[in-house]
Amino acid sequence: MTQVTGDAGAEEPRRAWSRWIEPIAAGVRGVQMGARTMEVDIRLAGMILALIAIWLGFGYASNGLFLTPRNLYDVSVQSVPVAIMATGMVLIIVSRNIDLSVGSIMGFTAYMMAMTQAIWLPQNLGLGYNSFSIWIVALIVGMALGALVGAIQGGLIAYVGIPSFIVTLGGLLIWRGLIFKVQQGQTIAPMDKNFSIIGGNLPQGSIGLVFTWVVGIVICAGIVYALLASRRKRREYGFPVRPRWALAILMVGGCATVLAAAWVYNNYPLPPLLAAKYAKEHGIIEPAGGLIIPVGLAAPVLLLGAVTLGMMFLATRRPFGRYVFSIGGNPEAAILAGINTRRTILGTFVLMGILCAIAAAVQTARLDAGVTSTGTGYELLVIAAAVIGGTSFAGGIGTIPGAVLGAVVMQSLKSGMVTIGVDSPMQDVAVGSVLIMAVALDSLIQRRAK
Amino acid sequence: MSMSTTDQAAAAAAVATGAAPLVEMRDMFVAFGGVHAVQNVCVDLRAGEVVGLVGGNGAGKTTLMRALSGAHPADSGEILIDGQPVVIPNPRAAKALGVETIYQTLALAENVDAAANLFLGRELKTRIGSLDDTAMESTTRKVMGRLNPNFKNFKTPVVSLSGGQRQAIAIARAIHFNARILIMDEPTAALGPAETTQVRNVIKQLKSEGIGIFLISHDIHDVFDLADRISVMLHGKLVGTVNKTEVTTDEVLAMIIMGKMPGEVTQGELAKLHG
Repeated sequence: MTQVTGDAGAEEPRRAWSRWIEPIAAGVRGVQMGARTMEVDIRLAGMILALIAIWLGFGYASNGLFLTPRNLYDVSVQSVPVAIMATGMVLIIVSRNIDLSVGSIMGFTAYMMAMTQAIWLPQNLGLGYNSFSIWIVALIVGMALGALVGAIQGGLIAYVGIPSFIVTLGGLLIWRGLIFKVQQGQTIAPMDKNFSIIGGNLPQGSIGLVFTWVVGIVICAGIVYALLASRRKRREYGFPVRPRWALAILMVGGCATVLAAAWVYNNYPLPPLLAAKYAKEHGIIEPAGGLIIPVGLAAPVLLLGAVTLGMMFLATRRPFGRYVFSIGGNPEAAILAGINTRRTILGTFVLMGILCAIAAAVQTARLDAGVTSTGTGYELLVIAAAVIGGTSFAGGIGTIPGAVLGAVVMQSLKSGMVTIGVDSPMQDVAVGSVLIMAVALDSLIQRRAK
Repeated sequence: MSMSTTDQAAAAAAVATGAAPLVEMRDMFVAFGGVHAVQNVCVDLRAGEVVGLVGGNGAGKTTLMRALSGAHPADSGEILIDGQPVVIPNPRAAKALGVETIYQTLALAENVDAAANLFLGRELKTRIGSLDDTAMESTTRKVMGRLNPNFKNFKTPVVSLSGGQRQAIAIARAIHFNARILIMDEPTAALGPAETTQVRNVIKQLKSEGIGIFLISHDIHDVFDLADRISVMLHGKLVGTVNKTEVTTDEVLAMIIMGKMPGEVTQGELAKLHG
């Protein structure tokens, strides 16, 4: 008898769950049908809706403070390092590996780039500080080191067969530790003036009014062209194409989002003190009420856009990406299909190392200093961004734009909580809970909506 | 042992046509640790012929074929294709020699669509080296249209397809790239009656096109229906190869279970097979 009671007890909460989740699942089924007709990724659409909800929620709770152009500028810039690394982490996790060393690789390459531009080049080659070539050399050194570190780790994983968890756990300790063997781990500052542009600090870290509109219009043209070109090609082959209304919604929606973002960036005027300094330097007489200079798109965000596009191209349009996904779906099948799986896995880690270096450059430029702690704890943020963005730990599933959105969602939560006065420990509690909830909701809905 | 009449017939046929067999595997050995999975096995296959490879579980059929498909190279032995010795260290090498395999597990990447699986490792590319998904989908639609006209789900991951549809993709992948030698490992084991008939028709069609087929099967009736010759394995060794027309199913069963050639087995032993 006791057993029967126990079973009934266990049954009850499950039904309660069911009642609660069923309307959501029904809604999701509806959205799914719509998404299928429009041929858009349902998960991505859901994340965009969630992000809008988060922004509106914090905007309301902070009396509009969260939604000011200035705050949105900061949120976008702060998202960049994690987002850049998350695009690489997607491919690592999709192919059933993990990289715990990304924070340490970021710290290591950041420090080496700082050393290159502030000490090695000026002292040894006699290159003048702030000379034009210094930032390029520093960036190339950082990316080459990142690629080398990735190649060492990836080689051990793919060719020696050591589990990635172990190799990169070791890497997490090794690369961080090595920083202190160079210049005793002193803080290296300041950075080269050209290098600091990609940090996004004002006034030099953004591209200004005109270029922001130009970039916006170019992206819009790209969206329209891409949609029309794929439609024409499918027509040529006689495949079904999406209905006209769906095409129109995608075009108008995409372009409106891009132009809205450009408008927000251009409605962030340079803070008065910086504007006054600018006026003085350029010999402009300040009008009454101060000089209004629109900041425009942040340079690191432009860089993130380029990285995202490049990684999307690699992941979905190149054989390399196809192999990464098929290895994640069925490693045995990938080998039997004649794919060089070892080289592919090695490639994902080399790519990850390079992305760590790019993120390190942004972070170092933003801090205007090379410090030993750069990237500490970032491995977890990067993995969380990829997972919130829909990357599955079972392998084979994940998208690049999803991971970028995941990073923006996390940064939005953190900044949002700052604007409404939540303290730092509770921010971590909230972000951790969101990570678990996002995955739980996703798997529940996936199961129900089938 | 009886150097059976089959071998002499095969040799005679080769002399008559002046051609070496399509495939010859000689003295094959494969070991896993201390276990000899395949020992001293010789089989051959001619163009337009179906050779049934039968035996109980663990007899070494699949292991022998994995040596030919490059999935697990043999420890020793010689493989000749068109009479020329070849080395097959990996699946890519096998495919380059025209050897295609339909694995029992199908070996599909579950998370990508039919076209991605059909062209896996041999993607069609645009001028700049990118994936030409539209062209791949177009070809997939044509190939699948012949194999399984009801197939419509070209955009969904294969994990959500039925067993028959997945089998059709695996077959399409094997035959689309001009295979000359086809290895089919239990191609009908997971299929319903209608789909089994479909696969049998495909095998007959391929045979008539001059493709040589190694057919691994547990189903003795399948083998008698489709194969020209039958090679029987037991405990990693070849019991013998017989012409289908010269033996009964009971005699093949005796080979599978007792390892005795038709000439060696008594009527009493044959009767015992049926309990």
